[in-house]
Amino acid sequence: MSTGTRKPDDQFYREYILDHYKNPRNFGRLEHPDISHEEDNPLCGDVIGMDFRIKDGVIEDVRFHGRGCAISQASASLLTERIKGLPLEQAKQIGKADVLGELGIDISPARIKCALLSLKVLKVGAYGLADEDEEE
Amino acid sequence: MAARPFDVAAIRKDFPILETGIAYLDSANTSQRPRQVTGAMLEYFEQFNSNIHRAAYRIAEEATVRYEATREKVRALINASSTKEIIYTRGTTEAINLVAYSWGRKNVQRGDLIVLTILDHHSNIVPWQILAAERGATIEFVDIDDHGELRQDQYADLLKRGPKLVAFNMVSNALGTINPARAMTAAAKKAGATVLVDGAQSTPHQPVDVRELGCDFYSFSGHKMLGPTGAGILYGRRELLEAMDPFMSGGDMIKTVRVEGTTYHDLPWKFEAGTQAIAEVIGLGAAVDYLCGLGMEAVRAHELEITEYAYEALSEVDGLTVYGPPPSRRAGVISFALAGIHPHDLATIADRDQVCLRAGHHCAMPLMTRLGVPATARASFYIYTRKDEVDRLVGSIKEAQRIFA
Repeated sequence: MSTGTRKPDDQFYREYILDHYKNPRNFGRLEHPDISHEEDNPLCGDVIGMDFRIKDGVIEDVRFHGRGCAISQASASLLTERIKGLPLEQAKQIGKADVLGELGIDISPARIKCALLSLKVLKVGAYGLADEDEEE
Repeated sequence: MAARPFDVAAIRKDFPILETGIAYLDSANTSQRPRQVTGAMLEYFEQFNSNIHRAAYRIAEEATVRYEATREKVRALINASSTKEIIYTRGTTEAINLVAYSWGRKNVQRGDLIVLTILDHHSNIVPWQILAAERGATIEFVDIDDHGELRQDQYADLLKRGPKLVAFNMVSNALGTINPARAMTAAAKKAGATVLVDGAQSTPHQPVDVRELGCDFYSFSGHKMLGPTGAGILYGRRELLEAMDPFMSGGDMIKTVRVEGTTYHDLPWKFEAGTQAIAEVIGLGAAVDYLCGLGMEAVRAHELEITEYAYEALSEVDGLTVYGPPPSRRAGVISFALAGIHPHDLATIADRDQVCLRAGHHCAMPLMTRLGVPATARASFYIYTRKDEVDRLVGSIKEAQRIFA
């Protein structure tokens, strides 16, 4: 139930989330990526894809592309900032709690998938992990 | 039943949920339910809860009578010839699946053509795709024009190819387009096709007469017309239903079962296997009573007034695109997009204002692809909708534009 937990919008759509939405970091495509992967959320039609360049086990460069709501796009932008330059082994440790924590807002169950779409792209694309979509 | 005057304030008193302060603009998704409906269901649970069609005691007789009474109410609502043509299902989806399974598997052959439209809901697409794949049939979709209305020229061309089946919705759930169902049915029948009209979005909102339509099958859900979830209707012309095999089988749909074989029950029970959604069907009966009490002409008139008001108000918002036809040719549904703001973000912001708005593909992904959008925001109206709720929606839109400016 969302009644009783109403907040001003500004808390949900915080300035830095809007900033990442309007000015996404690492947005675009890489030429000749080592890995390229795309996932969508059919429920809302959101799409996020990521291109990775990996060198000596380190994510040397990453770009994301796609379209979607502010939450999915800001979350992707934040994630690319976090993993760029990170060893793959360390990037593998990033979990759902990290991504949600970084967004720093209360995400309703209906919007969790928006927030975690980019993490899914990272996990399935970069590590070939099984689809964790159905896990809550 | 004598129509009661259409008084929105009085109507709203029957819907306790509206007292919570929400502006409920998602009735095309599922409607709210009045006390009369929940009351009828509660009465069943508290006064005569028992199984139907089998027990030999008073409360079970009462349950059976109430359960069967809904059939006559529904028959009268859509002007079917007989209650034998009114099959209870869980909803539209099950109704269409029943036809795809029981009629489709007997009648659709390799190379046959099935004609659907780009406005159709997934429930009127996927069962036919499965059937077509299984039988080696082909599917063609009628496209829309720039107003979100079906291209009748293309439809006429497809009919020339002699389709086995034509299935389309009378009203689009995603755009609100009211399709010319009567003319389309007549043309399809002339071309020799069997016709299914999906009435999920028409039955709750306007007068419907299946005999005037002339269709072979007609489906709808109770939960979009003030009834509970879990109860819906398949109307089928008797001769077609008689010739069809059961969909689900088991208890209650049989006459005799011997180890050598089984004889099926008569219509409509042949298609109603197992213990039924008794309370839900009784609730649906109360919902039909409620709507008939208002009169379906009056329901449509109210929705048209709200839709015209909302269409006007939304069209005046900068950066807002409304999809679909003008209000006179649409039901109480307005799908729209806001420049630079994703429908989900708008719905989240609207929710903060207690405005319930749908955002997504509305189970019409082929249509979203056709429109070139991933999703739309959708406001939909019903008998209890007031103009000030539309004003609240416009307020939420302006708030979203302020946040995303």
